[in-house]
Amino acid sequence: MNQATPLILETKNTWCPGCGNFAIQHSVKFVIEELEKEGTPRENFVLVSGIGCHAKIVDYFNLNSFYSLHGRTIPVATGIKMANPDLHVICFAGDGDLYAEGLDHLIHAAKRNINITVICHNNRVYGLTTGQYTPTSPYGYRGRSTPAGIHEPPLNIIEMLLGSGAGFVARAYTRKISHLRRIIREAILHPGFAHIDVLQICATFFNLTSFYDEHVYETSEANVSQFDVACRTGQQWNYSDEGPIPIGIFFKTFKPTLPENREEKHPVRTEVIKKIIESYS
Amino acid sequence: MIEYSVLVGGKAGDGISQAGQIIGSIFSSMGYYVYQYVDYPSLIRGGHNYCIIRAADHPVAAYRNEIDVILAFDQQSTDKHAHRLKPDGIIIYDTNRVKAKGIGISLSGIIDQFQGLPVMGNTAMIGALFQYLGVPWETIEPVLVKKMPKKTEINLNIAKSAFSQVQSNRNLPVPGGDARPFMTGNEWIGLGLLAGGLDAYIAYPMTPSSGILHFLAEIAEDAGIIVYHPESEIAVILMALGLAYAGKKTAVGTSGGGFCLMTEGLSLAGQSEIPIVIVVSQRYGPSTGLPTYTGQSDLLFICHAGHGEFPRWIAAPATPREAYYLSALAVQVAWRFQVPAFILSDKSFSEGLYTGDKEMKAPAEFPYPKPSVPYQRYEESSDGISPILVPPEQGEVIKVNSYTHNEQGITTEDPAITIKMAEKRKQKAISLAAFSDTADSISVSGNPEADICIVCWGSVRGQVAEAVGDLTVRVISPLIIEPFPINSFTKVMQKVKKILVVEESATGQMDKILREKGFPPDELILRYDGRPSSIEELHEHIRRFV
Repeated sequence: MNQATPLILETKNTWCPGCGNFAIQHSVKFVIEELEKEGTPRENFVLVSGIGCHAKIVDYFNLNSFYSLHGRTIPVATGIKMANPDLHVICFAGDGDLYAEGLDHLIHAAKRNINITVICHNNRVYGLTTGQYTPTSPYGYRGRSTPAGIHEPPLNIIEMLLGSGAGFVARAYTRKISHLRRIIREAILHPGFAHIDVLQICATFFNLTSFYDEHVYETSEANVSQFDVACRTGQQWNYSDEGPIPIGIFFKTFKPTLPENREEKHPVRTEVIKKIIESYS
Repeated sequence: MIEYSVLVGGKAGDGISQAGQIIGSIFSSMGYYVYQYVDYPSLIRGGHNYCIIRAADHPVAAYRNEIDVILAFDQQSTDKHAHRLKPDGIIIYDTNRVKAKGIGISLSGIIDQFQGLPVMGNTAMIGALFQYLGVPWETIEPVLVKKMPKKTEINLNIAKSAFSQVQSNRNLPVPGGDARPFMTGNEWIGLGLLAGGLDAYIAYPMTPSSGILHFLAEIAEDAGIIVYHPESEIAVILMALGLAYAGKKTAVGTSGGGFCLMTEGLSLAGQSEIPIVIVVSQRYGPSTGLPTYTGQSDLLFICHAGHGEFPRWIAAPATPREAYYLSALAVQVAWRFQVPAFILSDKSFSEGLYTGDKEMKAPAEFPYPKPSVPYQRYEESSDGISPILVPPEQGEVIKVNSYTHNEQGITTEDPAITIKMAEKRKQKAISLAAFSDTADSISVSGNPEADICIVCWGSVRGQVAEAVGDLTVRVISPLIIEPFPINSFTKVMQKVKKILVVEESATGQMDKILREKGFPPDELILRYDGRPSSIEELHEHIRRFV
């Protein structure tokens, strides 16, 4: 396999026509090809997915991958990165997957600043399980598990990430492709935990195309290192009202990351054990 | 046969366990084999903690009812345990806190004299004990120096002062020989994992398994391993699988409740065929149960945990040698057969302390099959095992998957491939069973010709081994419980007429396994109060059936 081998496999694609996942797939492919041309070998990428429509993306890429469990992309990705800091580990997760089942992992990954990239395919609905509400569905959303409409307001995931100490927080929209590509590229290159909340539609259960097209705008990134500005940008839209909906990099800062840049030691194991036994004798 | 038992009792915060460890280390340095039982409630300050240090000229792994010396830091230590003293036994007590007959020393008096910390009362007690036993200062001083790297001078002064206040009354024999290491079961397990080639250990604190985490975290830098404590047991096992996918031989450790959270990840390990070592140290449940007390009630859970069908390997050590060997073997087996490999321990073993040997035997490293190219993670093979390749590998794509997948690792719902992959896992189980069914997967002791046989497993064997005394009984204990070594077991069970099972559970879990294997037990001796049996207690139970 070399740069001429296609990055996309022949595997039959089962996403619905018009699904936002296609835009994420194409953008990631574009960025990886770019990075490959700039010298990062493609075998250094590892893709990790949860479970849901989004997760099929790893079956479609001709790249190393770990198709994990619902909600569990982040601990898997963390382990891979800790094992080998040279790998670029990219998590694909869904909003039900990442913001419901696996929310604790997200908070802790942001807090420990593990050097991975998280791309959340946020269509604000469970697709594969047929249309139930997720933590980012709007207030009053009616799904098959909540026929009377949900009584809880959505989680503003941007505020939550900022509150958890995330060093790179961004939002993108699948119908702004060149913007999405730029943000994915910056997130992968960011030294530390990087999160992109990607707004996408679910063509079958929650098609918000015209709503997003109308309300989404690209925010200024002039004050990207200022936390208070990031909080205000994040608060412009609460995932329930009409917005305006800013997209772009809200916050970017640099701090110590995990894994720490330590020299790997390989002491002779039998000597180590001998020394320990001696110290206990 | 020489043996000596010391009970140290006091409140949490008095340094009871540390005092016990140092006393055990001093005995070990004199050539004794020592077993230390530690009993404490789940609290940080107060309560009543005690430990029993039993030193003998032969390997021991259980305690006796009778005690030679009680070191009493509080009144409860005498009130609760004085009846256990031998006729010539003695209580050494703190005159400031205890009313008793025996040898009284004022701990606070000595501590104040040398401006020590309150916890250094335990150093004074150690000094008093060994002078009473007639052990020369020169024997205990080097151990104190080694075990007390901080404030060593003050500790030595305190110990020496108490040492000189007591009349020497005994002349404790010295078995001699090299000083032997004295470590907890958890530490022996940790050391075995290292010997097996462990690269990473991930765990969330949970009694009684935390000792492994603490031990490995302490030596991580020197050993060049990764040790990490993440947000939950769910994160623990998933992180471990990520590390293993990227080539690090990884183990996790927990107790029953934490393992419940890991079962989703366990099933993922089964489906994705990612190797992992899981140490489960049992406490008596269900649920939070008795956090600091022992039990063997998770055996069937560990045997059956996880949804779906996949092979696993379970070993239950009872001695330092077994803990070291089997933990090293667990790492090797997990990677050779790409299965979850369990070390099943319990509070008694994990937190008990045992004298081992300086030279411990580890299994030889197995050869792993070489991957071929173009690489397919789940390539068909006659033994069901597809060679592992670790990213990054130029020109190759390495895909693992929680879904039913094809050889390449891509999701499929095809019925023919589904059958093929299920049969691949079944074939792995067959290969693993053939490997595991060896004579040394079963421990045989007592009288191997006896008609009556006790079957026990894990730490309980330490009690049974001595409790049988001069009764004519065969003691059989499978070290590998899954895949059950049926051929080797059948061989050692020949001509047995009566089977007793001794287990720390309320329902008899090994009983169910033996019934399934065609060896229905006749009697069950069960204990489920969270406490291990003393040799005398268990002897009485066994004697009734023999």
